[in-house]
Amino acid sequence: MSERTPEPPDVHTDPQAAVDVHLDTSQEHLASVVTNEAILELPPEQSGFGEGVVGEVLLDIEGLSKSFGSVRANRDISLSVRRGEIVALLGENGAGKSTLVNQIFGLITPDTGTVAIKGDATPIKDPRDAIARGIGMVHQHFQLVPVMTVAENMVLGHETTRGGGVLDLAAARTMVRELSAKHGLAVDPDTEVEDLPVGTQQRVEILKALSRKVDLLILDEPTAVLTPQETDELLAVMKELANSGTSIVFITHKLREVLAVADRVYVLRQGAVVGEVATKDTDAKGLATMMVGREVVLSIDKSAASPGETVLEVQDLHVVDDRGLGAVNGFSLSVRAGEIVGVAGVEGNGQRELVEALAGMRKVVSGRMALGSLDLTRANPHQTHHAGVGHVPEDREKHGLVGTYSIADNLVLNEFDQAPYAKSGVRQFDAVRENAEKLREEFDIRSSGVMQTAGSLSGGNKQKVVVAREMAFKPKLLMAAQPTRGVDVGSIEFIHRRIVEARDEGAAVLLVSAELDEILSLSDRIAVVHGGAVVAEMDAKDADRTEIGRLMAGDH
Amino acid sequence: MAAWVQKNRTTLGIGLGVLVAAYVFYYAKHDIAPSMFGAAWGYAIPLVLAALVGVIGERSGVVNIGIEGQMLLAAFAGFFGAAYSGSMIVGILAGVGTGLIAGGFLAWTTVRWRMDQIIAGVVLNIIATGITSFYLKSGEILPGVIPNVDVPLLKEIPLIGETFFSGRSAIALVAILAAVVVHLALFHTRWGLRTRAVGEYPSAADTAGINVERLRLVNVTLAGSLAGLAGLYLSMDASASFERGITAGRGFLALAIMIMGAWRPLRALVMALFFGFINAVASQLQLTGGFDVPPQLTGTLPYVATLVVLAVAAGRVRGPAAAGQPYVKKDQ
Ligand SMILES: Nc1ncnc2c1ncn2[C@@H]1O[C@H](COP(=O)(O)OP(=O)(O)OP(=O)(O)O)[C@@H](O)[C@H]1O
Ligand SMILES: [Mg+2]
Repeated sequence: MSERTPEPPDVHTDPQAAVDVHLDTSQEHLASVVTNEAILELPPEQSGFGEGVVGEVLLDIEGLSKSFGSVRANRDISLSVRRGEIVALLGENGAGKSTLVNQIFGLITPDTGTVAIKGDATPIKDPRDAIARGIGMVHQHFQLVPVMTVAENMVLGHETTRGGGVLDLAAARTMVRELSAKHGLAVDPDTEVEDLPVGTQQRVEILKALSRKVDLLILDEPTAVLTPQETDELLAVMKELANSGTSIVFITHKLREVLAVADRVYVLRQGAVVGEVATKDTDAKGLATMMVGREVVLSIDKSAASPGETVLEVQDLHVVDDRGLGAVNGFSLSVRAGEIVGVAGVEGNGQRELVEALAGMRKVVSGRMALGSLDLTRANPHQTHHAGVGHVPEDREKHGLVGTYSIADNLVLNEFDQAPYAKSGVRQFDAVRENAEKLREEFDIRSSGVMQTAGSLSGGNKQKVVVAREMAFKPKLLMAAQPTRGVDVGSIEFIHRRIVEARDEGAAVLLVSAELDEILSLSDRIAVVHGGAVVAEMDAKDADRTEIGRLMAGDH
Repeated sequence: MAAWVQKNRTTLGIGLGVLVAAYVFYYAKHDIAPSMFGAAWGYAIPLVLAALVGVIGERSGVVNIGIEGQMLLAAFAGFFGAAYSGSMIVGILAGVGTGLIAGGFLAWTTVRWRMDQIIAGVVLNIIATGITSFYLKSGEILPGVIPNVDVPLLKEIPLIGETFFSGRSAIALVAILAAVVVHLALFHTRWGLRTRAVGEYPSAADTAGINVERLRLVNVTLAGSLAGLAGLYLSMDASASFERGITAGRGFLALAIMIMGAWRPLRALVMALFFGFINAVASQLQLTGGFDVPPQLTGTLPYVATLVVLAVAAGRVRGPAAAGQPYVKKDQ
């Protein structure tokens, strides 16, 4: 495959433009175009390769453009996906990936251009239409009704009924069980979705998409909330689906995953396709360079830490989760100024509750936590912030941002009532705007301006807004939970560098991450948690990957 | 069945408790109890219908504070429609039709044009008050009555039969039927699942291929017919006359009943009955004057009861998450 010059995104040539959807079904032709050997074994109706069955090019996009006001989210995009092919979309935050796939699913109407499914180029009106044409999608944000059960969510829109529109939930449950067994993704049909951990919710989303007949499956960052094990599980399912003739469009920021499953990669920059490459012809470095347009440092080099006095002191902390069960059980840890302490652990071992307790968002059952000489055990979020704790929450949508407020207002969310952002109780909009302009520049927040609502930002840019706000006031303690979740490689590099800089300026940093790589490359000291308590503490220099993995799994 | 009992245990529990208390009272105080129960149900009928309007609206994601106005307009159209045409049927059709039109007004302003739902409801109430007071004519009389229906067999049951199934107008039966039907539809049909999804998390419904806007338009409009019936009941059945402000805040009371009923039709029916009964108790106290309480104070009893129940219910029940928010698609 060709690799186009990643220069000005406006200039666009498409090697696939010549692809003819009227089929040549000769055996040699098939053998030459097939992307996936296993497909030729399938019967023609399923593989899409055969007499009278259109299916060689399942998805064919031509000259697609979409603008939101002054933001050109997609410019003249052309791409195609063949039967049984896994195509990855790579691009920085705000490059236009979600916008592109939302147009395929009928959620957004293109300004110009066509989307053809199996040779049919009639515009896709709405998701209903997309579903009818064999498209399934897992969205970047969960699309599940929290108060309904897994089974109810699964059949929503294509309900099993006993005639007369009467729901047949027994049939729905059976369907869920069968589907779950077929793909090896375990879910219980009767649990309410809001009681499920995020990883399982994602599984429900995937099964939901598969519960209808799908030829094309779109996955918009499905792995952002998954643990490495869950990710591997999903990648295996994707392989299997591709082998049975389903085409997949896969969006992720993790190059490892792209290289593991994708056949081909399209790279987007500022809304345009700037390159297309077969994964067998490239590697992580090459992909990262294509994405960002410059060489990306995938590992950071930092000087050794020179820790000062203790900043955060946590002693024998006990905290319960939403269901009232013990989540943090006797957690003790201290973090000193000028060091980064990484908390490694499988998700669901009390990390979330720990961070929430430290941020003052969750009640402490017993134990003590202090910032220097200041006791924070009973503090509320307002007090912890003013004591000098910066907090990047795990769930940016819920705890990090007010979606309907502007970026500028979100950037002063915890200081809006103080000088210079307010004087005698009157807000100073110039100061707010000035601050926003500065941070937008500094943190490279891609938006149409600082007055754009935070809710309409791309996922990764939302994250940058939160990180910018929490780092800008020079906290004594920076507490970062999953700080690079859903963030592109270039921005990961940037955020990591900023965290190290904060450390060098004397901040204590508590890093909680599900990414072991992130923990290993950033931390000066590593605390492994299991069951809500620290099971081992070590110097990052002496840390050993497999050893940590073993400890995380509860083997100590 | 067992699972159903488990799931609806709160409704069943409250219902059973009320039932037992009612029978005890019925046999202990046989002189006043039957008439009090009758009065209670009479008071509850329009409240049940109006609460169902609220339930359907909020379950679909639309807050309807215009129920009062819908009822008022329908009461007006029904009464004068019947009086001028000389036909009860025409009056009933006019009332129900007006309810539908008022529902359609609310649906289009809030769902299609995304007007603020509270403002749209207030506008509807103001329009209704304006129209019905301006065009009001006194001295008109109804050409007939809405027929009473006795239900064979059921009417033989002590208390329940007397109260609900004998000597009651057709609208009363429709109210019971509507509560049962809406309950079954909401929790056991495709329409119900979709409606609840649209009221809880519209984008999930949208991405599942459900037309959020259309479902909301249809639901809010059709619910208007129940508001129409509630209005009719007041002017053509309970009083056979139309007076200015005849609804007397029942549309708002219905919203309180909807909340006390946790947005569930059958529980709302029970709550409306409870409210009706408190009202009957208040009237009884005024009548007999057994206690040394000024009538102004006993008259507040129903409202105090509402406050107490609401205070207890608040925090325990959670309404549809998307109620009150217009659904805006990604690129609009
Ligand atoms: N509804 C909207 N209104 C205004 N701007 C929008 C809207 N939706 C998207 N955008 C803008 O379009 C651009 C592309 O956004 P998109 O969500 O497609 O990015 P993305 O590639 O998916 O990024 P990420 O990796 O962070 O999810 C961004 O600059 C974003 O701010
Ligand atoms: Mg995206």
